[in-house]
Amino acid sequence: MSGTHEDDHDHSHLSEMDARVRALESLLVEKGYLDSAAVDEIIETYETRIGPRNGAHVVAKAWCEPDFADWLKQDATAAIHSLGYVSRQGEHMVAVFNDAKTHHLVVCTLCSCYPWSVLGLPPTWYKSPPYRSRAVIDPRGVLAEFGLEPSDDVAVEVHDSTAETRYLVIPQRPDGTDDWSEEQLMACVSRDAMIGTALAQKP
Amino acid sequence: MGFGRVVESAAASRDEPLFHAEWEPRVLGMIVALGAAGKWNLDQSRFARESLPPVDYLRFPYYRIWLEAAEKLMLERNMITAEELSAGSMISQPQPIRKRLAREDVAAALEAGGPVDRPADHDPGFEVGDAVRTINIHPEGHTRLPRYARGHVGNITAILGFHVFPDSNALGALGKGEDPQWLYQVRFSAQELWGKDRHPRDTVTLDLWEPYLERP
Repeated sequence: MSGTHEDDHDHSHLSEMDARVRALESLLVEKGYLDSAAVDEIIETYETRIGPRNGAHVVAKAWCEPDFADWLKQDATAAIHSLGYVSRQGEHMVAVFNDAKTHHLVVCTLCSCYPWSVLGLPPTWYKSPPYRSRAVIDPRGVLAEFGLEPSDDVAVEVHDSTAETRYLVIPQRPDGTDDWSEEQLMACVSRDAMIGTALAQKP
Repeated sequence: MGFGRVVESAAASRDEPLFHAEWEPRVLGMIVALGAAGKWNLDQSRFARESLPPVDYLRFPYYRIWLEAAEKLMLERNMITAEELSAGSMISQPQPIRKRLAREDVAAALEAGGPVDRPADHDPGFEVGDAVRTINIHPEGHTRLPRYARGHVGNITAILGFHVFPDSNALGALGKGEDPQWLYQVRFSAQELWGKDRHPRDTVTLDLWEPYLERP
């Protein structure tokens, strides 16, 4: 997207929203509140550098190193920061571990709180009224839409992110990956698996 | 519950792009960058979003909500005027701001984030394992105690720290400032919150500040 907002020779292709936002940005720049280059940099950061690969690294390391998994359970903020994933919306982290008896699912019913430092920007459905209302009331119905059907002896534990604490789900390691490297394991961990709407699986 | 499906399929979620129009990333970048101006705090910005007209709040795409709320905050603070928004150019003098975020400062600003834990000046009033009942309140201002979790009994599952209290922080100079409080993770059974037809094993946890909690 970088630079396209300055390409203003032809407004005809711009939607009303594009035009409105472009006008606001130019006003804020003129008033000295905003630097468009900083806006470009923020966008580029979230398009290329901060995303779910960060979280997948955390998960794969937890699968490979029991000491790291213990650290995540005790102090997820410090453990995640130790891998260099230090940024906004990751200041206070909690890691929750799926096992044979518990499936964790993360939501923010009040707005759209999400662990940006390890997952990047949230998907549209995470921010939508259907997810924000139904995840707490009918989590099994929501999971079914994602193709998951936890059995009756599994507890679904939903975490409503009502404070600045951000939740990262550590999914169960797929069977048959005992000799896999951390890098190979990372490919098993999708964004949705770390929200709780998918399982980790072999690619 | 009448909102319909969350996704059509797992594959639809996987293939969803981060942005759906050219203006969306610009709004994201602008609002994050404007945080450095120091004209509002996190809780004021959340309150500005959630107090948009309810119909707009439900139907607008996410970044449109950010945009509407940011314009509201800037208008309230006289950073911009309605005339300037119409004209798209400066008419009145700018308000002083703490800082205009420059490109070279973006990485450091994102890394610094905005931690909300503060040094505790007293011990927590509850321990892990304690049963608690949430209070029943319906304030005009901001709160992070969701309506569905008011007046219910749960158990403390973790003490998360001593954190800025949003109900006060959202009031800015009109409140008691950050007024930090103990923050707990509290687990409720799904049946306690939603009724007996919920799955008996299912639970919901919320992160709740001590002023929201009392002994049952």
